[in-house]
Amino acid sequence: MPQAIETRELTRRFGRVTAVDALSLAVRPGEVFGLLGPNGAGKTTTIKMLITLLPPTSGSATVSGYDVIADQRLVRRSIGYVPQLLSSDGALSARENLDISGRLYHIPSADRRTRISEALEFMGLADVGDNLVRTFSGGMIRRLEIAQAMLHRPEILFLDEPTVGLDPVARRAVWEHVRRLRDREGTTILLTTHYMDEAAELCERVGIMHLGKLVALGTPESLAAEVGPAATLDDVFTHYTGSDLDEGGTYRDVARTRRTARRLG
Amino acid sequence: MTSLERAARPAAWAEPPAAVRFVLDAWTVAEAELQKLAHDPTELLTRAVQPILWLLVFGQVLARARAIPTGQLGYIDFLAPGVLAQSALFSAIFFGIAVIWERDLGVLHKYLVSPASRISLVTGKALAGGLRALVQAAVVYVVAALIGVHLQLGITQLVAVAVVVVLGAAGFATFSLVIACLVRTRERFMGIGQVLTMPLFFASSAVYPIALMPGWLQALAKVNPLTYQVDALRSLMVSGGTATFPIALDFGVLVFALVVLLAIAARLYPRLAM
Repeated sequence: MPQAIETRELTRRFGRVTAVDALSLAVRPGEVFGLLGPNGAGKTTTIKMLITLLPPTSGSATVSGYDVIADQRLVRRSIGYVPQLLSSDGALSARENLDISGRLYHIPSADRRTRISEALEFMGLADVGDNLVRTFSGGMIRRLEIAQAMLHRPEILFLDEPTVGLDPVARRAVWEHVRRLRDREGTTILLTTHYMDEAAELCERVGIMHLGKLVALGTPESLAAEVGPAATLDDVFTHYTGSDLDEGGTYRDVARTRRTARRLG
Repeated sequence: MTSLERAARPAAWAEPPAAVRFVLDAWTVAEAELQKLAHDPTELLTRAVQPILWLLVFGQVLARARAIPTGQLGYIDFLAPGVLAQSALFSAIFFGIAVIWERDLGVLHKYLVSPASRISLVTGKALAGGLRALVQAAVVYVVAALIGVHLQLGITQLVAVAVVVVLGAAGFATFSLVIACLVRTRERFMGIGQVLTMPLFFASSAVYPIALMPGWLQALAKVNPLTYQVDALRSLMVSGGTATFPIALDFGVLVFALVVLLAIAARLYPRLAM
């Protein structure tokens, strides 16, 4: 069976820093796969290569069967992406944001209108569809962004830190929507997170990245069992990355995360 | 469901051919910008203040002083097309700030992962930058009419002026986009934007005829697209106004500059998301 995502020795260097180091990984169709790791582990760089925003230094990858270098347009047609940062335009209404997405994928207008209403309904945003997104709460924005990324029914959805900066209630709502989407559409989902509860909650399999390398791969349960009896995913994480969760991150990471959190919050 | 089954599933809708996609995608991007302006026109309105001051204060004073020989044409009539070009330039040259802002937020990434081609995305941005300037043009026309500039109001001239304004502003908006792609931060962009506008403005025929300039400045003015924009506007906008260059050359330069800048911008734009 062909894989939804497959990377072979995928590598990206920035100057002398190797952000992603010979990553070989396969994600199965219909799977929710979590890429875990501390800040700076190479998760976002990996995603950026898979969604054609960043060319790999070496190695190769296919997404939905298309090569990320040779078939960029076909890859882009097959995927949806919700960046860690904000992707909905605050100066436009939710409906306008969705309409732009739909038009960029050339969904015919009658179909587009139906899908937009349906998406607003599904994400619990039907009453505020014509309000400017800048008036939305963080959780509402995230749900709108996911709706935007799903409007063209992509085979694979990339979620980069989907709940960073959200309060617990909003996080649960986002998780719930992600699960319902997957059940309804059978979409393959690759998400990155540094929240272990999120990974345990959503992911069928997780890969732990550390310093650009994949250091562990398996179901959350099997990884925990390897580390020891009664181990949690937190313990697995510490075991493989050798760092406590709160340590990581450069000044830039911290600034960015906090800025995002403030905007979403 | 396996991915094979999904791949075999017929596409829900047919994609238009590449040329049609280019037009549709560029218009989608441009329309999004215009919708934003419709929601919040504050920026457009504040940018209209500057041309009003140039016409009312600078223009009136210099016209009275008769300091600048402009031949048959009164100074205010000479200046009005220059002010129009200048206001379009000033509003377009800071267009890149919005692009950096979109990059910092993440909105840019959304566009770049869509199947839209890079050239259609930057063309849409350029078009939006060009169309914005029409609002400025309307303001300049109203003020110019009020202070007695001899405007040509024939439909052909008005349409031609609109085309020149949009072409010029789209070109400078794209120039701004290119700079934004190179400097990547708002702070650096603000500095460079300030440094660029004044030379562009003064090394053109916007406020004085090229013939008055020293040789080195004339040389600069002749490679400055703003000169050709002002030149075209001068013959199209005011009665008795004459162009220094053939009008076809003016249009040619503006179109050429825009196309070259769009090609560069399309190459650099994806780098913003890396």
